[in-house]
Amino acid sequence: MDTSFFLAWVDEITRVVAAERDRLTELDAAIGDADHGANLDRGFTAVRAALAETTPASPGALLVLVGGTLIRKVGGASGPLYGTAFRQLGKTLGDAGEVSPAEFAAALEAAVDAVRRLGSAAEGDKTMVDALAPAVRALGAAAAEGAKAAEAFDAAARAAEEGAAATVPLQARKGRASYLGPRSVGHEDPGAASTALILGALRTVGAR
Amino acid sequence: MVGIVLISHSAALAAEVAALAAAIGGPEVPVAAAGGTDDGGLGTSPDKVAAAIKAVDRGAGVILIPDLGSSVLTARLLEEPDSVVIADVPFVEGAISAVVTAGADAPLAAVLRAAEEAREIRKL
Repeated sequence: MDTSFFLAWVDEITRVVAAERDRLTELDAAIGDADHGANLDRGFTAVRAALAETTPASPGALLVLVGGTLIRKVGGASGPLYGTAFRQLGKTLGDAGEVSPAEFAAALEAAVDAVRRLGSAAEGDKTMVDALAPAVRALGAAAAEGAKAAEAFDAAARAAEEGAAATVPLQARKGRASYLGPRSVGHEDPGAASTALILGALRTVGAR
Repeated sequence: MVGIVLISHSAALAAEVAALAAAIGGPEVPVAAAGGTDDGGLGTSPDKVAAAIKAVDRGAGVILIPDLGSSVLTARLLEEPDSVVIADVPFVEGAISAVVTAGADAPLAAVLRAAEEAREIRKL
């Protein structure tokens, strides 16, 4: 996978986030502050604007630019969290021009570790980590078996979707929803939902 | 003198707490408010926080006091060991303690400790 693959991923994320903006905001309205869809949409729109001005030389450089832009432009907690994830993903990939599924899996593992550290969140806290961590495991397992990108990304996207759905019965222990205590039960976590969208976009682009 | 940066989701809240802390702690302490997003909405702007850190840095270190959520995460991204540090404290009480102690020309560690003691101070 080269820089153009990751550009296509970012484009697909931008499209999906815009399309699902209202659903994400509705999820956030139930247990947060009703801005997750709008914030992510603003962030990825800013990413597109940044990419219109410069063409990064490698997948790593592209993902670092995505992360830095999300950190500066999102405005909510998802900015530092997704920004850190993309930046760590890019930093770990370095300046390689081509990335294998196994290298991408290792970099995504570094990204979820960085997110866990920043947010002090563990699996089961009802956050994006509940979608991201199982996706990283599924991707790593598929890559270790020598799966092609399309199969590996499909496994990761399915694991993220299952992880996001599994946040519904959880009580939030991190993030804005944790202020609601038991009232956070019965709702899907918006950050887990958007993580599933981002990995779903990876599956879409990998299947082309 | 140690500088203090107040990071809130709300520009008005950050500005008012900064004004209150300066009124109690003395106007000579470098205090900056970094509230709200770049377009004036509720949220956190890393650019505003970075500019505020620069504005209050007199070489003795800077204390970041975030309110919650993205303010905390943004502060964590801008931490620098031994020079830009986060105080995990109640927003108003922590700000006042930090500014009062900074005004006595205390070093960074002492200002941080004073801010953190604010968590234990009971009102009744």
